[in-house]
Amino acid sequence: MAKIVVDVMLKPEILDPQGNAVASALPRLGFNFAKSVRQGKRFEIEFEGEPTAAQIAEVEKAAEVLLSNPVIENFVVRVEK
Amino acid sequence: MRVGVITFPGTLDDRDAARAVEVGGAEAVSLWHGDADLKNVDAIILPGGFSYGDYLRCGAISRFAPVMQLVIEAANKGMPVLGICNGFQVLCESHLLPGALTRNADLHFLCRDQEIEIVNNQTPWTSSFQQGEKVVIPLKNMEGAFQCDDQTLAMLEGEGRVIARYVGENPNGSRNLIAGITNANGNVVGLMPHPEHAINELTGPSAQGLGFFTSILNAMVK
Repeated sequence: MAKIVVDVMLKPEILDPQGNAVASALPRLGFNFAKSVRQGKRFEIEFEGEPTAAQIAEVEKAAEVLLSNPVIENFVVRVEK
Repeated sequence: MRVGVITFPGTLDDRDAARAVEVGGAEAVSLWHGDADLKNVDAIILPGGFSYGDYLRCGAISRFAPVMQLVIEAANKGMPVLGICNGFQVLCESHLLPGALTRNADLHFLCRDQEIEIVNNQTPWTSSFQQGEKVVIPLKNMEGAFQCDDQTLAMLEGEGRVIARYVGENPNGSRNLIAGITNANGNVVGLMPHPEHAINELTGPSAQGLGFFTSILNAMVK
């Protein structure tokens, strides 16, 4: 079964307090690798069989209308085998 | 004068909003999210709460409720619409207002009495106030930080479309201390704090919130 994955991230210029909280928690636990952290959302949409180009285009549209808010977020749609 | 108050699943301030409308002198009319019927109201309030559980993003799902299609249509034709807190979030998600409301900068749910300054008293929801009048009303939200790009912010400021600002320290990370804005026509207003909880000194920090509800009556009578 193929999966379409939609990753939604806050635009770089939008403040991400959740990401900042994670970034400041990491060093408290001894993880010192992070310069910064941004937190996003991931949607996994299952398809019967291989999604067609038209179906992928539909998901792109849904990502723009519902899954993300284009005012504050960017999204990436990809097919995962 | 009939003011509709919409109830979505998860709305919780609809009763207080309806009561504030009645105390303000208008008739409150309950509207249901699933009904494609505005019941001949003259103005509409989207009250606070957690419509559709705030799933996905606050207001993201409410925007597609049947009643919202009519609200968007009516708002675009000039009907006064006030969105309070979650209602503000719904109006932004509906693109009736620019920008978006995101998580409070300190990540805490805020619930406190907040002083705001009315910086535009030319809208149908703020006309009872003096320009620059300061009022204290409750602020209670998780996603209250008003965000937009620099261009939108410059437009809002340049066109006098910020209607209220927080006084003192920035409570939630809103750009330019913005507590409320209006659309280009001035009929749609979004406000993060809750005037409907401040219409009586017995139960609120002041009775100054009532001004939003008497404003709409004045606007309609004119």
